Amino acid sequence: MATFQLELVSPERLLLARQVEMATIPAVEGEMGVLPGHSPMIVALRGGVIRVRENGAESERLFVAGGFAEVAPDRCTVLADEVTPVASLSRAEAERRLAEAEAAMAGITGEDPAERRDAALARVLSMRAMRDAAEAA
Amino acid sequence: MASLKDLRGRINSVKSTRKITQAMKMVAAAKLRRSQAQAEAARPYAERMERMLASLGAAVASSPNAPRMLVGTGQERVHLLVVVTADRGLAGPFNTNVGRLARTRIRALEAEGGTVKILSVGRKGATYLKREFASRFVGEVSFTGKKRVEFSDAEAVALRITEMLEAGEFDVCSLLYNRFRSVIVQIPTDQRLIPAPLPEDAAGAPAATGPQAQYEYEPAEEEILATLLPRNLAIQLYRAVLENAAGFYGSQMNAMDNATRNAGEMIDKLTLNYNRTRQANITRELIEIISGAEAL
Repeated sequence: MATFQLELVSPERLLLARQVEMATIPAVEGEMGVLPGHSPMIVALRGGVIRVRENGAESERLFVAGGFAEVAPDRCTVLADEVTPVASLSRAEAERRLAEAEAAMAGITGEDPAERRDAALARVLSMRAMRDAAEAA
Repeated sequence: MASLKDLRGRINSVKSTRKITQAMKMVAAAKLRRSQAQAEAARPYAERMERMLASLGAAVASSPNAPRMLVGTGQERVHLLVVVTADRGLAGPFNTNVGRLARTRIRALEAEGGTVKILSVGRKGATYLKREFASRFVGEVSFTGKKRVEFSDAEAVALRITEMLEAGEFDVCSLLYNRFRSVIVQIPTDQRLIPAPLPEDAAGAPAATGPQAQYEYEPAEEEILATLLPRNLAIQLYRAVLENAAGFYGSQMNAMDNATRNAGEMIDKLTLNYNRTRQANITRELIEIISGAEAL
């Protein structure tokens, strides 16, 4: 089956770079499946799980806390804020970070700039996704 | 001429100096390897970020409501210089090089009538520049006592710069740091952060005739840029801090290697001197004994 180059990079390092058959990425406007030959796109990501498919089976599930992805017909580059394999997510840790994010959100008043409110909300949503992913695993 | 005892003391003191510089060299070499690996690991993200930004920026730069972080405020009056240096010295000309670059920049900008603000990252640069430009300081950050710098540290600095930009406190932001070319070569670099530099061709002919494919954006270009730009800022800072760390250890290793060699030369010279003096003393004593015996 046809493949394309999938690259997954976090600010700290290059996590994954190999030929895969399909990747599902959590774009802000909904999950998006990427197959070889996809039309070029740049999308923002929300917190969610990237699923990688190779050799006819799902081979990897990785949680990303947000970021961007660049899709081209022959490759897909994901710039993630933070990457954890779903298998090593801990539920307690996710709960703690969700609580932190919610506390930060509660501390925001109407006077703060809109961007900061959006950022806090995005953080809460992404942590919620992390907890859900941890629960599902 | 110095007495034998003095010479012995000096030889011993230079010997212990050599021991210290040798140990520092070893430590720097070990840390260099680690920080170099970290700097190299961060490179792919920064490179891909640049590529993405180039195609996005070209598409948006010409639109009237392009974000300020991309096109700047349209003026070039107030300059913010982010000066990245190490927290510690004993690394040859490493910190001074960036300091000197910053000083010439500040002088040039002020001669043109601009206002300069300094945000220093790292302790050494701060002390260096404070001697002359203390009134221009708007902030100081240092990562002293941290084993390794995390991305979140750079993000915090970036957030601060973003806030200053939103408050309209500066027009142009530049990053001054030591670029890590190799272990022996670090290049003091002046990199513009805001307005974001776009590749020549992309800035000149927006969108229409780009060689790359036309991208679709989801959500709209402006929205992506609004999150991408602060991230880019953070990543550029992160890269600068990491390259700075790697360069610092490289430079320190060299400086300490030189110091060790110099101490060795010094010891040789002093030992020669010591032996000569000792010989001279013996000869003098012999002469005294012989002439004493002859006088009898």
